[in-house]
Amino acid sequence: MSTHTHSNHVLPLSVYWGVFFALIIGTVLTVWTATIDLGKWNLPIALAIAVTKALFVILYFMHVKYSTKLTKLFVAAGFIWFLIMVLITMTDYSSRGWL
Amino acid sequence: MSAEHALPHGVPPPTAHHFVDLHQQEESEKLGMWAFLITEVMFFGAMFTAYVVYRNLYPEAFMLASSHLNWKMGGANTIVLIVSSLTMAMAIRGAQTAKRGVMLVNIVLTMLLGATFLVVKYFEYMEKWHHHLMPGPSFDTEAFGVWGPQARIFFSLYFAMTGLHAFHMVVGLGIMTWVFLKARKGHFTPQRYVGIEITGLYWHFVDLVWIFLFPMLYLLGAHYGLGAHT
Repeated sequence: MSTHTHSNHVLPLSVYWGVFFALIIGTVLTVWTATIDLGKWNLPIALAIAVTKALFVILYFMHVKYSTKLTKLFVAAGFIWFLIMVLITMTDYSSRGWL
Repeated sequence: MSAEHALPHGVPPPTAHHFVDLHQQEESEKLGMWAFLITEVMFFGAMFTAYVVYRNLYPEAFMLASSHLNWKMGGANTIVLIVSSLTMAMAIRGAQTAKRGVMLVNIVLTMLLGATFLVVKYFEYMEKWHHHLMPGPSFDTEAFGVWGPQARIFFSLYFAMTGLHAFHMVVGLGIMTWVFLKARKGHFTPQRYVGIEITGLYWHFVDLVWIFLFPMLYLLGAHYGLGAHT
């Protein structure tokens, strides 16, 4: 029994420090890119950095990468439903002026 | 289960009767926490959606209003939360590897960082209060020219989103106090540490929300020149 009790194996310290520095670099990058006027590109760049940081946190700090398929499905479903909420709301708001 | 003999007095046996084994029980516990966190995604998600709608309607007002936030304080708090996520992960690793000292020190560090975040947030809120940027009758609409009412929407969202986030930090500190007491009594062992593990999930989730809040609220107006209006 003790062999399969621990599906969550202990991650090496290097993984946690690597994720930590990636998050710090991401924070510096997001502040730096925000100071430059990139017109409509500011938003997608800020979002891309934030999503990358979020993935690092979810996959490594929250151990989802090493979790069961069921957990992965739960996590993915949660964020997909959130995207559905934003997308359907925005298709409504952004098309109201077309009438 | 020879491990049961090693458990301190008063600690229940690892596997509850309605689970096949400890593995199934732990997977259920973690999945349950994730189910809760998904409701949190939807909870914060509604606010994020409101933000997206209004930002899309009034992009200029949002940029102008955002430039009145103190990006240095927001940035410092971002770093504080990232470090606290690292110490949280280290605390769990301490439990996994039976390093009691590492676990306890990192739990305390995580709580201190969480408290630091709230102190910084307090000073930020006071600053906004003194500059009449708290939505309400005293809100200084004239500071935003033609965009006064729309800037007030931005600040309503700012206080609602960061306030809700700060509330989660307070709850997190409460749960961490419980975790600390349990950890000190030796309730978390390499065989059974799911309590601290799922507390970690909550803590990292709160960090995750801030990762999005920081650029969305603080950095929109940064190309006016950082700190132009603070």
